[in-house]
Amino acid sequence: MIRAEWTKFRSVRAWVAGIVVAFAAILGLGVAGAYGISQDCMGRICPAPPTGPGGEAVRDKFSYVHQTLDGDGELTAHLAGFTGIITYPPPNHDAIVAGLVPWAKAGLMIKDGTKVGAAYAAVMMTGHNGVRMQNNFTEDRAGPSAASWLRISRQGDKIIGYASSDGAAWTPIETVVLKNIHKSVNIGFFVTSPSDITNEASPRGGTIVQARFTQATAVFDRIDRTGAWSLTKVGDTGEQTDWQKYHTPDGYTESNGRLTVTGSGDIAPAGNEGGPTIDFALTGVIVALIAVIIVGALYITGEFRRGLIRTTYAAMPARGRVLAAKAAVLGAVTFVPALLATAIAVPVASRVLRSHHVTLLPAAVGTQVRVIVGAALLLSLAAIFAYALGAALKRGVIAIALAVVLVVLPYLLATTSLLPPGAGRWLLRLTPAAGFAFQQVLPAYHQISLPYTPSDGYYPLGPWAGLGVLAAWAAALLGLAILRARRSDA
Amino acid sequence: MDAIIEVSELHKRFGPAVALDGMTFTAGPGQVTGFVGPNGAGKSTTMRVILGLDRPDSGTALVGGSRYQDLRKPLTRLGALIDPGALQPGRSGRNHLLWLAHSQGLPPKRVDEVLEMTGMRPVARRRAGGYSLGMRQRLGIAAAMLGDPPVLMLDEPFNGLDPEGIVWMRGLLRSLAAEGRAVLVSSHLMSELQDVAGHVVFAGAGKVVEAASTVAMTERYGSLESAYLTLTRGTGVLR
Repeated sequence: MIRAEWTKFRSVRAWVAGIVVAFAAILGLGVAGAYGISQDCMGRICPAPPTGPGGEAVRDKFSYVHQTLDGDGELTAHLAGFTGIITYPPPNHDAIVAGLVPWAKAGLMIKDGTKVGAAYAAVMMTGHNGVRMQNNFTEDRAGPSAASWLRISRQGDKIIGYASSDGAAWTPIETVVLKNIHKSVNIGFFVTSPSDITNEASPRGGTIVQARFTQATAVFDRIDRTGAWSLTKVGDTGEQTDWQKYHTPDGYTESNGRLTVTGSGDIAPAGNEGGPTIDFALTGVIVALIAVIIVGALYITGEFRRGLIRTTYAAMPARGRVLAAKAAVLGAVTFVPALLATAIAVPVASRVLRSHHVTLLPAAVGTQVRVIVGAALLLSLAAIFAYALGAALKRGVIAIALAVVLVVLPYLLATTSLLPPGAGRWLLRLTPAAGFAFQQVLPAYHQISLPYTPSDGYYPLGPWAGLGVLAAWAAALLGLAILRARRSDA
Repeated sequence: MDAIIEVSELHKRFGPAVALDGMTFTAGPGQVTGFVGPNGAGKSTTMRVILGLDRPDSGTALVGGSRYQDLRKPLTRLGALIDPGALQPGRSGRNHLLWLAHSQGLPPKRVDEVLEMTGMRPVARRRAGGYSLGMRQRLGIAAAMLGDPPVLMLDEPFNGLDPEGIVWMRGLLRSLAAEGRAVLVSSHLMSELQDVAGHVVFAGAGKVVEAASTVAMTERYGSLESAYLTLTRGTGVLR
């Protein structure tokens, strides 16, 4: 049965041509697209974004007042004050106001050197999110919300964070392991404050994302370590805002055992502002998608239109199995070439970018494999979806139009920010376009205030869940088509 | 026992229209059974029911004693030509037969044999969309013969054939019957059936109005044509 349906498929030149078009589009547009991307930082080659211990691109900019910690030891302090400013926030954007953004951070940190991206663990108070213990940029654990005493302790490669409301009763938050850190590390106080970000609907459609400078200041007292402190402005580029130039520079002051530390920046994984991610190599997938949708629908509606379906059912009276066998053949003939095309396009396009000195945000091997396989699965499932529509409706043009409207259109609406992000997210949850979630390269983190909209490449569902939604649509329609084929006269 | 079609008390309605109203007949081995009647008499519906394509409201149609849907490798039990135009235009005649062969587990060699037999070999690798009606009829016969079945069912096989083709078809039908196969042929061309059919079933308004040997019919009415006109008078319904 599979063999018969495979012979049917390969013996129609137009269908094979459709698959070749899809293959060529993925490969050609992916690689050609790479030649179209250029990056320029004031006429110079852009520096690669710093990476954390996990290999991901990170932002690592803060004021660090530290001393050397040789071997084991700990630091305890009371957070006596935590204030900040936000420049020109909504609604009027006309004043610099006092206040902290939700993920402004001030606390104690052990860091393996002062280099950007170096391993660290820190216990901190945040603007609106209480006490947290974070390490190595991606990890975050909540502590007690009402605590003003903090302690960080090192035992070998284990770092333990504690919090307390009175300096007497201590609650351990988490023990983290920093692998292979040096014997001699830094211990001290840090303050940072990320940009204030808003995402507003634009009167001309789409959304406007704005980022405003903020700065935070923390006062630490009852410090249990003696000795001199020194300041490192980690990740400082030397660029300063007017506020930093004329009012309060980042840095620290010390008087009577009180340390006042001021900082701005962020300690977090980088979002897609850091550069393109590997999914840029998939621009051809949309064209390929339309090609496989057309092939998928015509593969069955061609038989209905000419009455060939009766010959098929006469030769193979088990109609449900015939329709399933056809779906299997279609799935295979779309999946294999698409996988081949993406498996070539992604590394080749990445190489082209690198040769143009364009920084590609690093992605784990697992993520790259997922993007490559996911693209092939999307095409294959979308083809089966269009085929199932064709089998249920028996009309080629309608099936093709409907498949495009259900798979491609929601994706375009949601990711070109024509729709408000909320509506776009619902489309990408419910419609077959949910399958596009495989493309998300950078994870979204709860501990970062970014809009994470579909137009920024962030999807409401995980990659496999998204493909699962598409698969469920395809399976449901195929079931409907089989039911209809079994019940009615051919 | 294999070479027989037994149709018994078939009833079927399409909405308000009665298509089959107790259709009952048998097409036995070793002869060509003509299946004649005006448009709307239920010939095509009967053939679709025999092939398991349409489901009857009641009654049975058996091929070699089994329902068509229950046959394994059905094309080796019954070969049918229903609609010669049912071809994917972009697919060559040879590939059309090849997928049919694959569906029955038949070797590709068999495809070449039936192409040779039907004279389709020279055009077998051309797109089926470019075939004349005569070529399509021959390809349909090739498809019906693919599984070398003991029973054949051909709907209007003379349509679109040139005189040479008609002679060839007549010879083919005779030899198929001579090999002991049951051959059911529907046709409007009484004169063609006169020469080849050993038995004739006259259908009208969804049932059989007369079934007898050609010899008996000819004796009684003079020719099949006058038998047809007499028997089916008033039963033709234009729909």
